[in-house]
Amino acid sequence: MARVSLAELYNGGAVLLAEVPRLGWEDLRVAVGDEVAAGNRLAALAGRPVGDGIEVLAVLVRPEQGCLAAGRAVVGDRFASLTPGCPQAHWFERELAEGWGIVPEGHPWLKPIRFHRSYRPGHDAWGRADDAPILPSVTDFFRVDGEEVHEVAVGPVHAGVIEPGHFRFSCHGERVMHLEISLGYQHRGVERALVGGPDRRSVHLAETLAGDSSVAHATAFSQLVEGLSGCQAPPRAEIIRAVALELERLANHVGDLGALAGDVGYLPTLSFCGRLRGDILNLTAELCGNRFGRNLVRPGGVAFDLEPERVERLATRLGAAMRDVRGAVGMLFDSSSVMARLEGTGALSAAQAVELGLVGVAARACGLDRDVRAELPSGMYRFAQVPVSTWHTGDVFARAWVRWLEVQRSSQFIQDRLAAMPKGPTRVDCRPLAGGSLAVSLVEGWRGEVCHLAITEPAGRFASYKVVDPSFHNWMGLALALREQQISDFPLCNKSFNLSYCGHDL
Amino acid sequence: MMPSAVGMLVGLVLAPLLLGVVNRVKAVFAGRRGQPLLQPYRDIGRLLRKGAVYSPTTTWVFRAGPVVGVAAGVVGLALLPLGGCRALVVFSGDFMLLIYLLGTARFFVVLAALDTGSAFEGMGASREVAFSALAEPALLLAMAALVRATGMRSLSDAMGKVWSDVWLPSMPVAVLVAAALAVVLLAENARIPFDDPNTHLELTMIHEVMVLDHSGPDFGLVLYGSALKGWIFAGLLAGVLVPLRTGSPWLNAGAAVVGIFAVAVGVGVVESSMARLRLVRVPQLLVGAGVMAALAVLLVR
Repeated sequence: MARVSLAELYNGGAVLLAEVPRLGWEDLRVAVGDEVAAGNRLAALAGRPVGDGIEVLAVLVRPEQGCLAAGRAVVGDRFASLTPGCPQAHWFERELAEGWGIVPEGHPWLKPIRFHRSYRPGHDAWGRADDAPILPSVTDFFRVDGEEVHEVAVGPVHAGVIEPGHFRFSCHGERVMHLEISLGYQHRGVERALVGGPDRRSVHLAETLAGDSSVAHATAFSQLVEGLSGCQAPPRAEIIRAVALELERLANHVGDLGALAGDVGYLPTLSFCGRLRGDILNLTAELCGNRFGRNLVRPGGVAFDLEPERVERLATRLGAAMRDVRGAVGMLFDSSSVMARLEGTGALSAAQAVELGLVGVAARACGLDRDVRAELPSGMYRFAQVPVSTWHTGDVFARAWVRWLEVQRSSQFIQDRLAAMPKGPTRVDCRPLAGGSLAVSLVEGWRGEVCHLAITEPAGRFASYKVVDPSFHNWMGLALALREQQISDFPLCNKSFNLSYCGHDL
Repeated sequence: MMPSAVGMLVGLVLAPLLLGVVNRVKAVFAGRRGQPLLQPYRDIGRLLRKGAVYSPTTTWVFRAGPVVGVAAGVVGLALLPLGGCRALVVFSGDFMLLIYLLGTARFFVVLAALDTGSAFEGMGASREVAFSALAEPALLLAMAALVRATGMRSLSDAMGKVWSDVWLPSMPVAVLVAAALAVVLLAENARIPFDDPNTHLELTMIHEVMVLDHSGPDFGLVLYGSALKGWIFAGLLAGVLVPLRTGSPWLNAGAAVVGIFAVAVGVGVVESSMARLRLVRVPQLLVGAGVMAALAVLLVR
């Protein structure tokens, strides 16, 4: 079979949809399989209705070339599943099946992921009637049978103040044989609400996709709109965005290291990191008045400039906070009782991470150098690089250690940027969006790769909008990390991934 | 008789304060101001004023758990000598009764947990039973070492001669017994490194997860029962660690009470400075305590 060529596009750039080759499904399936076999990864698989069928758009990251590849194909009600040859497509295909009522034949474990009605009345991948009630987590689960095997069901309501999700463990005593995760409780229909935009609400919807990644999602959205309208944010704005994004990473990583300490009952780091996370969030508030960076990033630039006095204050306060972080985190890694808990717990191999298409901290902790800031740099990262932090053991310790490496490098990056702020405007006006185009925008949020994808109709409105939060790629990684572990180590493994429920459920 | 009765009364009144001291020590280490020292009393008082909720799947066993826990604690206090101050009730072999009173209380807490039919509580019950099966022999052997070293068959008599018959002639025995008792104290009272009393993560809990379904006065009794248990273990450890034996029972009891609070401070320091053990490692430490106690028995001349 002749190799089909996919369209190349760049992070944050737009192409005419007509330039994205429309292939037969079989050709696209083979092409995606070949790309993944060549070391590239699936960034998104999106569907949209075209005539009687569904057009499936596949977007891949080609890290070696520093670009993205896209191809599309129209499928009918049933199509041959990608998953058997390309496991990282499994969650995407479940999403397609649920959203559009199409059946990927040969999918090994086809069940809903968000428990909502299909977007096409009359089409349902599981043949449910249009008025049949759809209740979250009411579906099939893996069952392990045998003497002494028991199931433990946790959630959706948890003992701590966290988001809802259902976890079902098949255990033999304390040993976990399998964990199945069922989400969807936070499904709000954000992607559908963004269709018809961009309007005044759109950027707010983007900021609330996952509250702890507000800056990452708002930046991805803004890059996308800028790409489609052919404008570019001024350098000063790019720097403020990058500073806000790295502050978001710092705050969350520091908070996570503290929470990991808390989960093993190590109080000193827990107490200090809880306070320090607040200090760093306050730095973001210094930027824009909001601790989570809301209302800062806007298409065309940023909404707030930084005066020289505030730049200085930020640098001083960050330096002071980092001194304390160094002390608190140093205690964590110096304590042998803590290391005994972190090392060897919840390990994933690099091969598993590649197969599942893990991204972000979880992938880098398995030794994969996946980091959008280095692979597909956009904004300020085209000019100033952050070293990619990896570790090779794939366990809870690796995920904690990668966070600590990133904390150090991000704070250095922020200090360097603050020391050399160019003068100039912080915002330009966006022109109307190009019609009939496709744009993909990726940002390395603190959790991993945040992907926004939009297709515009001829008048320049969003005809289709797709968001892939890093959690979408990584939840299955958590499930695999738990195999053959002690059930009492689940909270620790879960915290080391710290995935978003609402970012997944959208 | 008088000092013994007062000693028991002091235990009944001050037991919840131990928890307040542990929490205060942890707060100081964390750089926080911490909750009021008397917070455990307020918690118990608040719970006692509330109503209780019972699941329709539970039976009288579920309600009996907390009551038996407190009852065993109160009787246990009557058997507990405060250092050199004799207990209210003294008879030959009373230490066996004390150990089995604690065992009875645990048995009922475990039954109450199983009575709810919840997967979590069953998990907690299985962990509690597995670990106490290892902690109990350690405690028994530590007691046996004391009894053998002093040649006395009651706890009060044995504790009265801890300085002259154990510390002076064979210090290693005293050290081993104290170490074994300290490990058992941490394990039996659900403290770090065995259990984390502050965690909200139900999958990691041992003791806390068994009492999740108790509410109101029942939970208040559970808290008070655990406080009494903590007092008993701290009292045993302080009895060995503070070997001040004067002619005055008042002075002996006072020294022991100071020792008990020192033990609480020690527990707070341990909790502030180390992480929890991985659950599979817990038995190893408990077996270690058992070995230390057994060695103490063998070392007695």
